[in-house]
Amino acid sequence: MAGPMKMRATLSGGVTDVRVLMTHPMETGQRKDPDGKLVPLHFIQNVTLKVNGKTVVESQISQGISRNPVFTFRIKGGAKGDRIEVSWIDNHGETNQTETAVA
Amino acid sequence: MKKFLGFFCVVAGAAFCNSLPAQDAKKEIQRYREMVAEGSPAELFEVEGEALWKKPQGPNKVSLEKCDLGLGAGVVKGAYARLPRYFKDADRVMDLETRLLHCMGTLQGRKREEAAARVFGSADRPSEMESLSAYIAAQSRGMKMAPGLSHPKEKEAYAMGRAVYFHRAGAWDFSCASCHGDEGKRIRMQDLPVLYKPEHARPVVSTWPAYRVSTSQFITLQWRMNNCYQQMRMPEPDFGSDTTVALILFLTATGKGEPYRGPGTKR
Amino acid sequence: MGANQGYSAVGGDRIPTSREMRINPIRRSLVAVLAAIALKPFAALAAAWNKDGFGAKTAADALKILGASNPVASRDVVIEAPQIAENGAVVPIEITSNVPGTTSIAVLIDKNPFPLVGKFDFMEGALPFVKLNAKLGETSEVRVVAEALGKHYVATQEIKVTIGGCGG
Repeated sequence: MAGPMKMRATLSGGVTDVRVLMTHPMETGQRKDPDGKLVPLHFIQNVTLKVNGKTVVESQISQGISRNPVFTFRIKGGAKGDRIEVSWIDNHGETNQTETAVA
Repeated sequence: MKKFLGFFCVVAGAAFCNSLPAQDAKKEIQRYREMVAEGSPAELFEVEGEALWKKPQGPNKVSLEKCDLGLGAGVVKGAYARLPRYFKDADRVMDLETRLLHCMGTLQGRKREEAAARVFGSADRPSEMESLSAYIAAQSRGMKMAPGLSHPKEKEAYAMGRAVYFHRAGAWDFSCASCHGDEGKRIRMQDLPVLYKPEHARPVVSTWPAYRVSTSQFITLQWRMNNCYQQMRMPEPDFGSDTTVALILFLTATGKGEPYRGPGTKR
Repeated sequence: MGANQGYSAVGGDRIPTSREMRINPIRRSLVAVLAAIALKPFAALAAAWNKDGFGAKTAADALKILGASNPVASRDVVIEAPQIAENGAVVPIEITSNVPGTTSIAVLIDKNPFPLVGKFDFMEGALPFVKLNAKLGETSEVRVVAEALGKHYVATQEIKVTIGGCGG
């Protein structure tokens, strides 16, 4: 069960700023747990941003992105109430998504 | 200043020093902190905390929503900014975490051993206390820090906190003031704030609890007190002990009036 | 025609008769594709992830795999990042490409074991902009390559990673 996701989309000066926070360990496969065992590679690979159902940003990322990733994207224009959706899928096939309206 | 630079160069290496004078370094670090704070995962813990606040738990199968954090049962907005303070029902001064533990007992019927079994969490799993602290603290965003300082027990706790701050003890004969007592001190790249001075305490008290990027953990003031005692090679204080609450009250009082910025982000 | 009138059990698409297949090769390949999708598990439908690019051990190799070997240095690719990071675990980097027609931005951390950390493709409606937190194992150049109208543009910035103190 993926941890919480939070997103804020704010319209200002003709640009919508979308800031999305994700809970994910983004394990590099190099870290050792307290027992000395290597924690396996576990990271988000794809992040998709949609506006009113249409994909506008497709992101491919690696384990080199920080734990609990936070991204900010920018959308041209946009109007209050537009539906913003961000979804991710990791290297285990686990997914999560969140939706918000432009404020 | 020369001594400062000298120390800096020894620690950071010659190449570093040749390219970035100390003052610019300070500015860039400040820029780092601002950029990290803008894109910090701290808010994720607020979300988690809200869910826990509303979750029925314990033998009484009740949520914490009726907990009185000082402004009335269930009032969360502005409560953190007014802590620590005296609570009549417990007849003692309490900080946020002590109060949460109290409500877990009185409302939810949970035993202290169970509720306080895991007060400090890990990167993979924050503790209940950490997530709850994030949520409650966030509800005081923008409000001026105003801990209780009028009740006799509050005055007593303040005095004790101040005394403890300067009291040297333990294997190294350290007090808080050993590190946080003089201007211009640093541990590696961290400037050490002189916390008994308002201008230093204000930016500090207004940014706790916080997300710590180096460990991906959400850390609270009780954790900070505990960890400082460890750093000073002294026995760990009990969670929510009179000493820790007194210290937290002293620090918050020294920073009073500062608008609370919300759960922060630390190195 | 059989009892089920040529409808397949999978996907509900009608399987053409051999006579129809001779006549309509386009439809035949369409059916084959649809049948293949219907049989594939969810994971295979996930968006593409450039395994080779992300597995490259040098920035040069990663850029070669991305088809961006000789990017032109450009001031229109703007990196906003602190020059010093108090901790390498979280290093904030903000990127804007002012190159007209930018459709993608790749972000590399030269000294990381696997330099390529992100590739962002922008479609109609998105600005070529991203702010992210990257891990830097040590002091390193951050390398940003923007793709616009078939050409590549690069900007770099060094970020020093320090060892912090007690923390708090």
